[in-house]
Amino acid sequence: MHFTTELDPLLIARWQFGIVTVYHFWMVPLTIGLGPLVALMQTLWMRTGNDRYYRMTKFWGKIYLINFIMGVATGLVQEFQFGLAWSEYSRFVGDVFGAPLAMEALLAFFVESTFLGLWIFGWGKLPRRIHLACLWLAVAGSVVSAYFIIAANSWMQHPVGVTLVHGRPVMNDIGAILGNNTAVAAFTHTIFGALAVGGAMLLGVGWYHLWQRRRDGIDTVGPDQRVIVGEAPDVPGRDKSDHRVWLTSLRIGAVTAIIAFAGVTITGDAQARLMFVQQPMKMASAEAACHTGTSFSLLAFGDIGSKDCAGVVNVIEVPGVLGFLANGDFNEPVKGVNELVPSYQQKYGTHLPDDAKLGDRAGSKINYVPVMAVTYWGFRLMILFGALAAFASVVALWLTRKGTVPQPRWLMWLAVSGIFAPFAANSAGWIFTEMGRQPFVVAPNPTPGGVDGVFMFTAAAVSPGVTFGEIAFSLVSFTIVYAVLMVFEVRLLVKYIRGGVAAAIPELGEKPKDPDAPADDDVLAFAY
Amino acid sequence: MDFLPTLWFVIIAVLWIGYLFLEGFDLGVGMHMLLSARNDNDRRVMLNSIGPVWDGNEVWLITAGGATFAAFPFWYASLFSTLYVPLVFVLLGLIFRAVAIEYRGKGHTTRWTHGWDLALGLGSFVSAFGVGVMLVLTTTGLPIDSNGDGVGGPFGWLNGWAVLGGLAVVGFCLVHAAVFLALKTDGDVRVRSRRFAVRWMPALLIPIALWVLAVQFMNGKAYTWILVAAAVVAAVIAWRWARRGSEGRAFAGMAAFLVFGAASIFANVFPNVLPSTVSAAYDLTVSNAASSAYTLGVMSVVAAFGVPLVLVYQGWTYWVFRKRVAGTSIPEVKPVRAAVKPR
Repeated sequence: MHFTTELDPLLIARWQFGIVTVYHFWMVPLTIGLGPLVALMQTLWMRTGNDRYYRMTKFWGKIYLINFIMGVATGLVQEFQFGLAWSEYSRFVGDVFGAPLAMEALLAFFVESTFLGLWIFGWGKLPRRIHLACLWLAVAGSVVSAYFIIAANSWMQHPVGVTLVHGRPVMNDIGAILGNNTAVAAFTHTIFGALAVGGAMLLGVGWYHLWQRRRDGIDTVGPDQRVIVGEAPDVPGRDKSDHRVWLTSLRIGAVTAIIAFAGVTITGDAQARLMFVQQPMKMASAEAACHTGTSFSLLAFGDIGSKDCAGVVNVIEVPGVLGFLANGDFNEPVKGVNELVPSYQQKYGTHLPDDAKLGDRAGSKINYVPVMAVTYWGFRLMILFGALAAFASVVALWLTRKGTVPQPRWLMWLAVSGIFAPFAANSAGWIFTEMGRQPFVVAPNPTPGGVDGVFMFTAAAVSPGVTFGEIAFSLVSFTIVYAVLMVFEVRLLVKYIRGGVAAAIPELGEKPKDPDAPADDDVLAFAY
Repeated sequence: MDFLPTLWFVIIAVLWIGYLFLEGFDLGVGMHMLLSARNDNDRRVMLNSIGPVWDGNEVWLITAGGATFAAFPFWYASLFSTLYVPLVFVLLGLIFRAVAIEYRGKGHTTRWTHGWDLALGLGSFVSAFGVGVMLVLTTTGLPIDSNGDGVGGPFGWLNGWAVLGGLAVVGFCLVHAAVFLALKTDGDVRVRSRRFAVRWMPALLIPIALWVLAVQFMNGKAYTWILVAAAVVAAVIAWRWARRGSEGRAFAGMAAFLVFGAASIFANVFPNVLPSTVSAAYDLTVSNAASSAYTLGVMSVVAAFGVPLVLVYQGWTYWVFRKRVAGTSIPEVKPVRAAVKPR
């Protein structure tokens, strides 16, 4: 018995997946992007003994942890929700998709969480080298986990390494799945995207504190506009070393963001080239390219969301560029949506099967064109926000070349708002690539020699036994809980950022300790 | 003989036992924060006793889930989708608990700490109860049809077994955590935890004992009686050691109780992984729910390499943080103020 008379759970199940996943992927890139930078700071401290790097490690480590835990908490939902709301999907892909998830837990999450625990509580307890190694291991765990989950996602974009047995994909080559070219491109793209998030964070916060120091009259500039560093004994942590903490943070952040943007561009280009072959419809709809041609659209008007190209008018087009992006040739045309639809219909059918499991969706017509307003603008916003962050980083490096930031408040606000640009770029990119795969949850592999017949429609993936009401309940619960937790996370981040180094090293404001005195081994260096 | 599916049934059983053993005391400590702690210092002692390890412990749950997905996708799909409502509560509970552990100490008003204490305690309770519901129904069965989908609506799974399972895991966690706190803390918390364990162990272990016996009687395998008997003996010995004040041995006794009890349950239900209460024809078993031999082979290699490694470095963590946490070892709270010149 299925609850087919009720409202269709498909749409809200998709909204739920979108909301919890996009939310989760606000915490993840900050974790992946900030982690290696904190580890770098601690390594520099080990190498140079310079107090500035110690302070940076402590401060940014605090910010890292406040964010990290939210990624952990919301990550649980990620793993459970396939079985919860997408049981048909789980049954169909389980032979392939579960393996990278299990590997992620066993080979990456354990490393990440165990060694991070050692790092948090190991200050002053573990030998310094081992303590640092723990952080590097935790960071490596995050990165490796990203690889596994992206390999799983890339299999949904481009299934490889399987054969079809009784209509179900069965793994026959784990190497092909983990070495999927789609995964390699998406992984590197994601890591650079995450580094951009970490970089922009360092830049924005560094700028804020340098600005605050000038505003408080601690730092001034001489006639040559060079900074004259001062100190404020009445404010904990606002000493001379504090200035270097923020300037170095800003510079590391800006350089990271610039490198990240270069990396994102190169890997994104590689990814797009693959996608033109592997998911031509996604790229055509990213361009709102209704007709076959070589032009790259800079601005399109009309009803892009109409899903059928009827009302789309490309206002500004650059001839040749699309052909070049896809094929490396300005004259090689790229297939448009109007030409792709019939070939999709011929290969994958025009209607969903008449299967009782599909409820009211059984036998309905399949629309092969993704929501073009989302793919078109998602693609462009991703590039725009990414480029903005990189541009801002170059400008920031120039403006701070004499050792501090300019005085205007609006520039400070611009630098702080710049923190959000790479976040937005990351979200837009994922929304584009996931929405662009629709109506498939597992896109077919059209490359010659690819596995025929392995694909799944999103409409067939939702749990048949789960009702609209159940998903509505969880959607509302998760959304409310996530929104409330976001308020707490942001409040804490703001509080600790405003607190500066003294917030992370409370003893800074107190009388200096003799570094050679034996530490009180009974007192925890860190305690909840 | 389905060697690989059987192996993976054992591995998943081991993962669940590992989860209950490790996160069992984390969840119990979360509940004791509300139940047994008398002041903020008590709560901080309790929380810091699990501080360095709780996150790693939680990964056992993620791994159990992931391994079930990889090795028995039909089990994973049916179990999770049929138990949609209780598992959403488990997730919400775990989310609140995790964030509460990390955020509780980062604010300095009473409202802030009390609020997070509530989130931590209730989150731990709800997730322990929900995990119990899920585990007990895995052994007694769920209303699933021929496709493995739940029938009977959002609460089709709800019955007396579900309640028993919830109570079983909550009760176990409370006792386990009391024994753990007696072993890992010093001072007031240690004394009171030991007293709690001695006083409440027999009563709080009744639900889990009932579950063990019910599964034994329903499936009636002869050799599993040995495991059941071993579990009972372990519980009695754990209790006696707790009474004598041998904290380490009492903890070992609890571990043995869990291992034997859970082993008896898993051994009894084998080869079923998820019985159907609609028809025995719809039962999910190690054979019809499993992944292909290739996938299981790949996963076996990964597990053969990964699981021992995890045990080594997690074990090392417990060694590094082997000292007892005492009320006197908790540093005082220092409020965070904005680094701004007062004007």
